[in-house]
Parts: sequence; structure tokens; C-alpha cells
Amino acid sequence: MDLFEYQARDLFEAHGVPVLAGIVAHTPEEAKAAAEKIGGVTVVKAQVKVGGRGKAGGVKVAKTPDEAFEHAQKILGMDIKGHTVKKVMIAQGADIAEEYYFSVLLDRANRNYLAMCSVEGGMEIEQLAVERPEALAKVPVDPATGIDAAKGAEIAEAAGFAPELREKVADVIVKLWDVFKGEDATLVEVNPLVKTGSGDLIALDGKVSLDENASFRHKEHEELADKESEDPLEAKAKALDLNYVKLDGEVGIIGNGAGLVMSTLDVVAYAGEKHGNVKPANFLDIGGGASAEVMANGLSIILGDEQVKSVFVNVFGGITACDAVANGIVGALSKLGDSANKPLVVRLDGNNVDEGRRILHEANHPLVTLAENMDQGADKAAELAAK
Amino acid sequence: MSIFLNKNNKVIVQGITGSEGSKHTARMLAAGTNVVGGVNARKAGTTVKHEDQHGSPIELPVFGSVKEAMAETGADTSIVFVPPAFTKDAVVEAIDAEIGLVVVITEGVPVQDSAEFWALAQSKKDAEGNQITRIIGPNCPGIITPGEALVGITPANITGKGGVGLVSKSGTLTYQMMYELRDLGFSTAIGIGGDPVIGTTHIDALAAFEADPETKAIVMIGEIGGDAEERAAEFIKNNVTKPVVGYVAGFTAPEGKTMGHAGAIVSGSSGTAQAKKEALEAAGVKVGKTPSETAHLLRTVYPKHEEPSKL
Repeated sequence: MDLFEYQARDLFEAHGVPVLAGIVAHTPEEAKAAAEKIGGVTVVKAQVKVGGRGKAGGVKVAKTPDEAFEHAQKILGMDIKGHTVKKVMIAQGADIAEEYYFSVLLDRANRNYLAMCSVEGGMEIEQLAVERPEALAKVPVDPATGIDAAKGAEIAEAAGFAPELREKVADVIVKLWDVFKGEDATLVEVNPLVKTGSGDLIALDGKVSLDENASFRHKEHEELADKESEDPLEAKAKALDLNYVKLDGEVGIIGNGAGLVMSTLDVVAYAGEKHGNVKPANFLDIGGGASAEVMANGLSIILGDEQVKSVFVNVFGGITACDAVANGIVGALSKLGDSANKPLVVRLDGNNVDEGRRILHEANHPLVTLAENMDQGADKAAELAAK
Repeated sequence: MSIFLNKNNKVIVQGITGSEGSKHTARMLAAGTNVVGGVNARKAGTTVKHEDQHGSPIELPVFGSVKEAMAETGADTSIVFVPPAFTKDAVVEAIDAEIGLVVVITEGVPVQDSAEFWALAQSKKDAEGNQITRIIGPNCPGIITPGEALVGITPANITGKGGVGLVSKSGTLTYQMMYELRDLGFSTAIGIGGDPVIGTTHIDALAAFEADPETKAIVMIGEIGGDAEERAAEFIKNNVTKPVVGYVAGFTAPEGKTMGHAGAIVSGSSGTAQAKKEALEAAGVKVGKTPSETAHLLRTVYPKHEEPSKL
């Protein structure tokens, strides 16, 4: 889960990372009140989970609370790379002398963490990495030991900080590591980390991604979810404990296992090329258990998507055998009654496939077509959606 | 022969008394796996009742620790079915006991926990400098050597012994591919899991299949996210002489949306299925657009004289 800047700021503050005052605002009135509270020069910053806000006009300096009101009025509702600005952060103005960069992230390829640090901050780090790779220090971090004061000093030195600044920088790095470790993050980035005119270090802008697998030990992270921007069907599916992703297409997909469902999306998209260019409407993995209840929940989500014209149920019967899946489908259809109103193509293979097919055959539901295999099922579902 | 697992492995189940652990212990026994006991500190000293492969009743001892289970039974392999909150401790215990192989089925393990137990496993080397504990998973279906042993949750009755070696990030795609190629049979099929940090990689499995005389051809299944497939392609180019075919799931996945597996996400230009396919093809690997086409490609490269005779 990616956080907004103001949420990252709050986490930083909670872990002792030096930050400036910042208050989130949803309206120009709130923005003005926040600017009055903070006092002095403030910065109105669009809160969107995408880079390039400054260039898009989403970051403006306000000398007075009235100016903060005006800027907020313009920025709220603005579209930045497809993201609508729904809130702004009013941040205390900073007296910037120098800008640096720091991040620590999960390194998938090396199965450890990587700290990156540079005395040249402020710019896009991808650009710096390409244009002046020697200016960006990359220091592997052992997950068993993490970043202590000595490791922090090593990173600061590798980044090229002057000896008199290293201890100060190392101290901030250790606190940012504390955010990474303590919050179960996969990314903590500060860009820029600034030195003010009076020599203080401040994390001026931050990016944090949290590991949702760790939510069982961070109940408080639930409040960080961006419920406003969540797709209503995705929210409903989440409440039903279903692994659902809304896409833009006409063929609803239900399958078991993430890999098989991803593969089903692809096969349906290829089939769609022959049938009016229809596309998969969603990703939905019902996992190992395909009981009538899970199947009914899944179908109700998909049938709630008005774009959907047909549904392809693609299940490989493993631990949950095909007869159980077939019973789940029959049970789901009777449970849903008249709200099940779109054609269903069902492909079953694997354990007890003959019994599964027999159950569906006998139920003889008018909406259900049985497919011989995955390719044929995808083709049929695409054909039905194109009608 | 096979890779990583055969009928001689002595297996313990961490979480043998839980519902998943119990269900799959029964299935593993039915598949012929030599399950010798389990671990649950709170139920140490008790036994659990099961049936062996021939339906005869057996009682398996429950031990207080992996170390004790190994000392009492000579176990060399463990499978972990404990919930995510306890998985790190369970795996750390197995590594500390210096077991040879630990298969982590649990889905939803925090990635920092996986990174920590991986770092620990890497630090434990034998006298020759080899890592003592091999980890498979987490979030994986485990490993099966058909006709010999199953340490995982793969349905054991899809196919039998044969010459195809399979390594996959995905569970159900593993089953699907075994089903498509059930007439050829498999030396070993290994599901390495779809998490961002996993123990055994595509490359580890490819190297083992290359060295395994029973494996005649290899199927490699990947999915979006990370660059494991690209690195595997590089490895194949330089190290694998046996025919390899590939499949990558997720061509239609949009950027920034996690597709079920924690690791299956396209971010920016990296991790796309297209990039993985191109890297594999550049290494001489034929890549199918669909599972069925991939199975067909495998048949075109499978050595003719190795095909099972159709009597």
C-alpha cells in the first residue's frame, strides 16, 4: 500500500524523523485555517500518489493564509496524471540551503534491503541514477542486522557527505530505518532531505509503501487506506474477503489461483481479438475453496459490474475437486436467482472432473455453457460478450 | 533420480495438529511421502492418527521442537503449515536445527520476515561452504516427485513419473501444466511461490534439472513482477543444455495493480510479461502464449525416444 505524503510525514514524526509542520486539508477553508495555525510562509501541496506534482502545478508557495485558500481552491480537484486531487497538505515553509536524497527499500533480486543516498537531491532519482550513477551511493543492508549508527555513518560517507555532517545524517538515516522496520515498509524514501540555513536536517517530502501482508501486526494501518479512491466493487469484494481487481472489459473472470487467473485474463484477451476486441473485466481469484458461498459472492461482485456481458469460470480442481466446484456454481446460481442474468461459460479440469461436469450437465441451467478446455472456454465467453 | 526430493526423504510437519497441516499430512502420506512426525510445542508427547499409503492405521509422534524431531526420527525435511504470524519463528527454528530442506506453504508472510529468515539460512554453511538449509516458498504449493514423494499441496494424482521437469511461481498453473502433459510424466515439479522474497529460485531449479539425468526437458512458468525470469533467461543461455520452454502469465495486467500474489505487480517498465518473454526468447527458450500452446511447444522439443510407449 502506497501512502500519501502527509501520511508518510506523520509516520516520520512518530519515529522521531525531523519534519516540518504539516496539516491535511480537504477544502480551501480548511487550507486557510491550517495556514493560520502554522503561521508564516506555507506551501500548499497536492496529495496524490504519483510523481511530478510540482511540474503539474500541484505545489504552490503561499505567503498568507488567504493565498493558501486561493492555491487550495485551484489545486483541489485538479487532475495530475489521471489522479484527482482530493486533499492538499499545508506545510510549513522551509529555508533550504542544500538538498539530499535517501531511500531504503526491499531488493527483490538480492533478497535483502538496499539503502540509496546522495548529496544531490531534489531531482528525479531515476534520472540521477542514469545520468550520474557515481553520485548515487547504493549500500546493501543485511535484514538480520539492519541499520545502526555505524551502518548509517557508512551510508552517509558513501553518499559523499562532508565529515562534519555525517553524524547528523546517520542519525536521520537510523530513524528512517526505524520507520522501515517498525512499520513493515517495503519502501521509505525522502526526496529531498534538506539542510536548512541554520544547519538542521529536515525530511521535506516522503514516500512510504507498506507491506499489506504485515497488517496483522499493524491494526492502525487500516486507517491509512485510501477509501475515497477505492473502486466500489473492489471495496465490496474486499469486505467479502475476495481477491478482486477491477479492469476495463466485458468478460467477467473467476478462477482459482493467482497464476491461473492471470493466465485466464491473457487467454480471454487473445480470444477477444477475434470477437469485437472484448477484454477481461476483472481479476478474481477465489482461492482453494470454491464453496457455493464463495462462488455466489464472486458471481455477485462480477454481475454487479454493468460492463460485464459474459462470465468465464475457469477452475482447475486440485484440493477442492471439480464436483465441489460444480456444486458451488449450481448453489450460487440458485442463491442469486434472477440477479444471475448473464451467460456463464464454465471450464473444469482436474480432480473429479467427470463428476463435476455431470453435476452441471444435470442441473441444465439455461445460462451455463460447459467448455472442453481453457482455450475453448475463453473463446466462447468472448464470443458471448461480443454479441 | 529427481531434484531436491525423493522417496527417502524423512519429513516432519510443522503445524501437524492444525486443520491445514492435518489435511495435507493425510494427502502426503497417501502420495507415499515418508512422513515421520510433526512439531507443536503445546502438544509435544502426543500422537496424531493417520493412514499410510496402503490404508493401514499409523500414529505419528508430535515433538516439542524441530531439533527434537530430527534427533528422534532422523528427519531431513520439514513442511511448514503454521499461520503467517508464526511462520518466521517456525522457519528460523528449522534453520537453527540445520534441517536440509524446509518447504513453506503459508500464504501472507510479511516480506521482512521472509528476508530475515532467508538472511539466516544464507549465513549457515557446512564445512564445504554450502548453505545447509534449502528453503522452498513461502506462499507456494511445494514440491512433488511423482511416484515417490509429495511435500506440499499439489494434487498427487494428476500424473506420474516421467522426464519433464517443471518450475513455477504459480500453484494452479503447475497443476494445469502437469495435466496438459500428463502422458509424458514428470521427474519433479516444484512451485517456488509468488512472493517478492523466496528461497529456491527458478535458477536453482534449472541448475538442478540440468544436472538430473532423469529430466529430459524443462518447463519454466513465470509471472509478472520482479526480474527473476530475466535472470533465469541469462542463466539458461549460459548453463542449460536441455530443452526449455517457458510461459509467463500476466500480459494483460495493468501497471500498479497487484494480481493476487504479493510479488505479481508491474511497476513502471519493469516486471512486464512482454519483457520476460523477450528475455527468454533471446536465450533460445520457446515461450507459449497460453498454457496449452506451451504444452504443445514442450512436445516439439521433447526427445522422441524418451516418450512413453503407447501400448
